[in-house]
Amino acid sequence: MLEHYLSLLTKATFVENMALAFFLGMCSFLAVSKKVETAIGLGAAVVFVLTVTCPMNALIYHYALREGALTWAGMPETNLSFLNFLVFIGTIAAAVQIVEMTLDKFLPALHAALGVFLPLIAVNCAILGSSLFMVERDYNIGESLVFGFGSGLGFMLAVVALAAIREKMRYSDVPAGLRGLGITFIVTGLMALGFQAFAGIQL
Amino acid sequence: MSSKQNREAVIDPLLNNNPIAVQVLGICSALAVTTKLETALVMSLAVIVVVSLSNLAVSTIRNYIPSSIRIIVQLTIIASLVIITDQVLKAYVFDVSKQLSVFVGLIITNCIVMGRAEAYAMANPPLASLLDGVGNGLGYSLLLVIVGAVRELFGAGQLMGVTILPLVRDGGWYPANGLMVLSPAAFFLIGLAIWVIRTMKPELVESE
Amino acid sequence: MFFFAGAVCLVCSIFVASSAVALKPKQDANKIVDRQKKVLSVAGLIRAGEDLGPDVVAERFEENIVTKVINLDTGEYVDDVDPATYDMRRAAIDPATSVAAPAGNPAKVLRIPNHALVYHVMRDGAVDNLILPMHGKGLWSTLYGFLAVESDAQTVSGIVFYEHAETPGLGGEVDNPRWRSSWKGRKVYGEDGQPKISVIKGPAGSASSDPFRVDGLSGATITSRGVSYLVQFWMGDDGFKPYLDRFTAQGGA
Repeated sequence: MLEHYLSLLTKATFVENMALAFFLGMCSFLAVSKKVETAIGLGAAVVFVLTVTCPMNALIYHYALREGALTWAGMPETNLSFLNFLVFIGTIAAAVQIVEMTLDKFLPALHAALGVFLPLIAVNCAILGSSLFMVERDYNIGESLVFGFGSGLGFMLAVVALAAIREKMRYSDVPAGLRGLGITFIVTGLMALGFQAFAGIQL
Repeated sequence: MSSKQNREAVIDPLLNNNPIAVQVLGICSALAVTTKLETALVMSLAVIVVVSLSNLAVSTIRNYIPSSIRIIVQLTIIASLVIITDQVLKAYVFDVSKQLSVFVGLIITNCIVMGRAEAYAMANPPLASLLDGVGNGLGYSLLLVIVGAVRELFGAGQLMGVTILPLVRDGGWYPANGLMVLSPAAFFLIGLAIWVIRTMKPELVESE
Repeated sequence: MFFFAGAVCLVCSIFVASSAVALKPKQDANKIVDRQKKVLSVAGLIRAGEDLGPDVVAERFEENIVTKVINLDTGEYVDDVDPATYDMRRAAIDPATSVAAPAGNPAKVLRIPNHALVYHVMRDGAVDNLILPMHGKGLWSTLYGFLAVESDAQTVSGIVFYEHAETPGLGGEVDNPRWRSSWKGRKVYGEDGQPKISVIKGPAGSASSDPFRVDGLSGATITSRGVSYLVQFWMGDDGFKPYLDRFTAQGGA
């Protein structure tokens, strides 16, 4: 069982990296990767929010939305899965808000570090994406916890690595038209190529 | 509003202000479906529909939206439109919708849709907003379709599933370029597209 | 403000709910037609490139295919389960209708449903081909597909995967018609009565000279291996073997 979770974690972090294999969360990935410090902040916030929202959405999906989920309420025929998108995005927005307020009250230091990124990632596709993958791949609650954490970790890894490369790149002579956004895409492509190497791992 | 302005609202986002190349918006949810031209086209169509209708809806009620809840109102409208789009795709183009998998749902978090609603539709009349949505959707589609066409043509020797370059393994002459079907190719192609656009429009070059 | 928010929610919910309800029958029909199409194509009843409308698919399926429910453990037919509504995948999740697969099986099948669907392709009143659903892990994803065998339960007549997320162009070549046709005529069981067929690395010989080996997918070692394992698993004792043994013992019924 442990082996199963471990393999899921590796897969979510490296092989099926949210940013590099599925292009999810690109907006903030590109915008907040100019400095390693801010990239770490964003990455930590994503890990945190994904670890909270993915199992939470799994819970809602398994006990309220999926076909036959309302059997416990005496409605075995009801299938509300068409509401997935709406409910998930609502849960995510609410969770982010609650997390932000809780951090502000109890852990102000952490809030100061993550603060600006929290509202930003409510609409990060990586967050909604992993909830939708959870549904498509039929993860149970334990699996979705591991999957959420792993995906977040993978995103953090990618964004911090990209920021580190971009910091170094300030000293390079990039052709005018490629400066900024263009070269960032090429670099991300090369990183994605590197991550392809994890694809063969079998656990 | 004159017709010239209307035309500009549609044409401007295609090249001068292409949402992906210039504003860096909404690249997220779409690149994963560009391995084939067909999925790229359907995805583009879905985005155009959602962004133009959400612009229209938001603009129509813009004077009544209390500013404290405007984001959540926009999000509700967009999410509803995406659900409807997803349901329609599942009903009428089942095969393609299977391939698009979770990526239709991710239009909700597509920064273009939200960005246009907030930046344009909140301040402009319905017709202009609708056109702005169509224009931005088209600009987005342009890149998506180019990437999709290049990846399918060079990765599988086909366009829309029709063989253009006969592959070696099927007895033809073209050795398929395996890189094109993998995710890094999409990044490279977008990077190159930005390079081309910025070489044509030097004023867009970033000073670093 | 509350009134406004309520109004927006109401309007949106009306649109969403009505689209979901109105399009549901069509979506369900699509799912059934999709599955019927795959069964027909593995049975060789749809020619390559033929694009059939949903009515033709349903009609052709009705004419040629008989769907049976079997008990995987004993291999007997089951009468009290309706083949039209039985969903193997859902049954495999529910502990009440499935058993855990042997730990560490190479196909990485987690649970085996108690009952399984089997499609008989009929010709002139006799069973011509058997179509068996199977699934297992490839590189990225679980591959779901069908294997068709002739009525000797030994000779492969076709294979198709209807759901997978393997790398397009590499593992995704499991969809390639040329590779799929290379399965035709291969034999499943070796002399010891256990599944022997496997996908090798590199090209295999012709079906008559090299009957237990199938061409590997180039650049997709793990997907190829996954396909071998899943075919071996489902054709073995935990899969359809008890049923196939009964089927051949009773002279193809």
